[in-house]
Amino acid sequence: MKFSQKHLLGIAELSKSDILTILDLTENFRQVLDRPIPIVPALRGKTIVNLFFEPSTRTATSFAIAAKRLSADSVSFAVKSSSVTKGETLLDTAKNIEAMKVGGVVIRSSYPGAAHFLAQRLDGFVVNAGDGAHEHPTQALSDVYTIKEHIRKFEGLKVLIVGDIAHSRVARSDILAFSKLGAKIAICGPPTLMPIGIEQTGCEIFYKLDHILTEVDVVQVLRLQLERQQAGLFPSIREYRSLYGLTKERLAKLKKPLTIMHPGPINWGVELDPEVSVSPHSVILEQVKNGVALRMAVLYLLAGRIDPSSMRPDSGGEIDTKE
Amino acid sequence: MIPKSKLTLAGGIIIDPVNKNQYQSDIYIEDGIIKKIGKNIKVKDAKIIAIKDKYIAPGFIDLHAHLREPGREDEETIKTGAYAALAGGFTKVCCMPNTEPPIDNEGVVKFILQESARAGYALVLPIGAATKGRRGEEISEIGNLVNAGIVAVSDDGNPISNPFVMRRVLEYSKIFNQLVISHCEVKTLSANGVMNEGIVSTRLGLRGIPDIAESAMVYEHILLADYTKSQLHVAHVSTKKSVEIIRWAKQQGIDITCETCPHYFSLTDEACSTFDTNYKVNPPLRTKTDVEAIKEALADGTIDALATDHAPHLASEKEVEFDLAPFGMIGLETAFSLGYEELVMKRYLDLIDYIAKLTVEPARILKLEPPLITIGKPANLVIFDTKIKWIYPKESIHSKSQNSPFIGKELKGKVLRVVMGEQLFEF
Repeated sequence: MKFSQKHLLGIAELSKSDILTILDLTENFRQVLDRPIPIVPALRGKTIVNLFFEPSTRTATSFAIAAKRLSADSVSFAVKSSSVTKGETLLDTAKNIEAMKVGGVVIRSSYPGAAHFLAQRLDGFVVNAGDGAHEHPTQALSDVYTIKEHIRKFEGLKVLIVGDIAHSRVARSDILAFSKLGAKIAICGPPTLMPIGIEQTGCEIFYKLDHILTEVDVVQVLRLQLERQQAGLFPSIREYRSLYGLTKERLAKLKKPLTIMHPGPINWGVELDPEVSVSPHSVILEQVKNGVALRMAVLYLLAGRIDPSSMRPDSGGEIDTKE
Repeated sequence: MIPKSKLTLAGGIIIDPVNKNQYQSDIYIEDGIIKKIGKNIKVKDAKIIAIKDKYIAPGFIDLHAHLREPGREDEETIKTGAYAALAGGFTKVCCMPNTEPPIDNEGVVKFILQESARAGYALVLPIGAATKGRRGEEISEIGNLVNAGIVAVSDDGNPISNPFVMRRVLEYSKIFNQLVISHCEVKTLSANGVMNEGIVSTRLGLRGIPDIAESAMVYEHILLADYTKSQLHVAHVSTKKSVEIIRWAKQQGIDITCETCPHYFSLTDEACSTFDTNYKVNPPLRTKTDVEAIKEALADGTIDALATDHAPHLASEKEVEFDLAPFGMIGLETAFSLGYEELVMKRYLDLIDYIAKLTVEPARILKLEPPLITIGKPANLVIFDTKIKWIYPKESIHSKSQNSPFIGKELKGKVLRVVMGEQLFEF
């Protein structure tokens, strides 16, 4: 099995073959999940800490379930969102985790680079479960796995991402993951929610949805953070919905099938109409289901590499802060 | 009278940036005063320092540093900052008023001058706040600050965003013939950004500061300076667009000056890719295109001078997520070497013109005496070697803080000694 990474920090760091390795293994774990007792002893005795500085329901749960299905001990490191203001820094947290000698850490943070920060300071592996607007690699890998299952090929595939690209880590990771596998990416949203220079990643930009929607095979609909309206980035939810919402009227007009994804959580009636989710073309719940198998694959690949005896015996909780 | 200190610097090459000249000569210094300049000077009992193949230049002048005292003595003090300045070849260093309290009253000015004199290292020249509390609202007592000893006014990192207030500051400063230094940044455009806005910030998901946040205010402040016929100095120019605006203004005959810092021609925003917060500075590191424009502007004289924007921060403040780290890097001890490598070795400037950017030009901007090496004047000299390659070591940083991205990197050219009056400093 070819997998060269010590951590999973982003899709940017992965080669195509790394991605394919993860997807193949995900396939195996999907089969495990369909068993009556969906559990394997692969990571027995390993401890994985979930460090979520940002509220998250599905990603945190998905990682916890994935760890349990692998017989690893999954522990949540309780962090209040206000701990930074209380003087506890990520460095403190890193030192504490290091002292407890765990196999790996799954981190979610609102700050880009938080996972990289830990990876530079911990002996164990680090999985990025979302760092600000930077990357969300396990989501993107679940997305490509879901599409692989559904459509089977990436060459010639056209994927559209709709919504707030600027603030979306899912968009960034999806663009990288689908591109690395050979798909073509289009992005659509208001220019106020487009990050500068994004076209240099090779994707095409559209400001209007209707035409491009007829041209693509897959659409990933992003969650609209409603507070962006107060920030002056779009005028109203009403207008956003009429311009960028995946409404049932819009879908009714399409001539060919369109696979619909959403990384969740969904603002029903804003970016997506409720009717759409029950459409046979929606794979939204598949994404969630595959997310567990995918995270099992990731934890297995990373934790499986860790030999507890290789940890520095004399580190005494001090970590090397030099870079 | 008892014979006093006698020092001969033998065999060095004197760089005279005032007359654009260089020549090999000995210098004999007695009691801190240059007594002789010539070949084969022999003085009985004089200490001789042989500096063959090494250069002697007037002490450098830094237009822009943050020495943190009063207020953040844990990061830097006047004493440690002034010593770090010497180690970088700077015998004069201007300190920005973003202290706590700010340099907006005579008391703080006097305190800084007193601490500078007490330290006896580089002479610290305080820059007074342009507005009270650096709030950008009311003009500070510039007259009293001038009497106390400031060399310029600036609100530093709080740019005066209200053009009406900026106009009044520029006008009022004319009474005292004072330079107004502007950190140009439209804060509403930089919008809490943490690095240059572009493909790199987009890739990293970090909030971007667009180049126009700088250049829009550069343009506005140049127009105000022209309108009021006052003296504007643009701090740390980092973008191609700012360079183009300044070049245009100078072509129109508008009398303005500006500076840039070594990191704006040594590094690009790509450096932020590892999320190393030592690369987080404001203005942010820009693109390759900007770096090239900055070097061209230094070569053609659009950019008058080099400054460091030395900004010390504790490791504990910097060792956090990129979004949470303060802006700034230390720069006093690496400036000369970085400029030597990027500007002289890469042939944007010859050595004399390069030294002028560190001496004659800042002196002209601050209206100080031209830095001549002549008989009868107190010694104020830096001795450097352009052939030395050295690794910038964390352990021997003289600044109290160590937030430099150049630690462990190979630098080219090194300041070896500074002579200030009777004192000889070796590094």
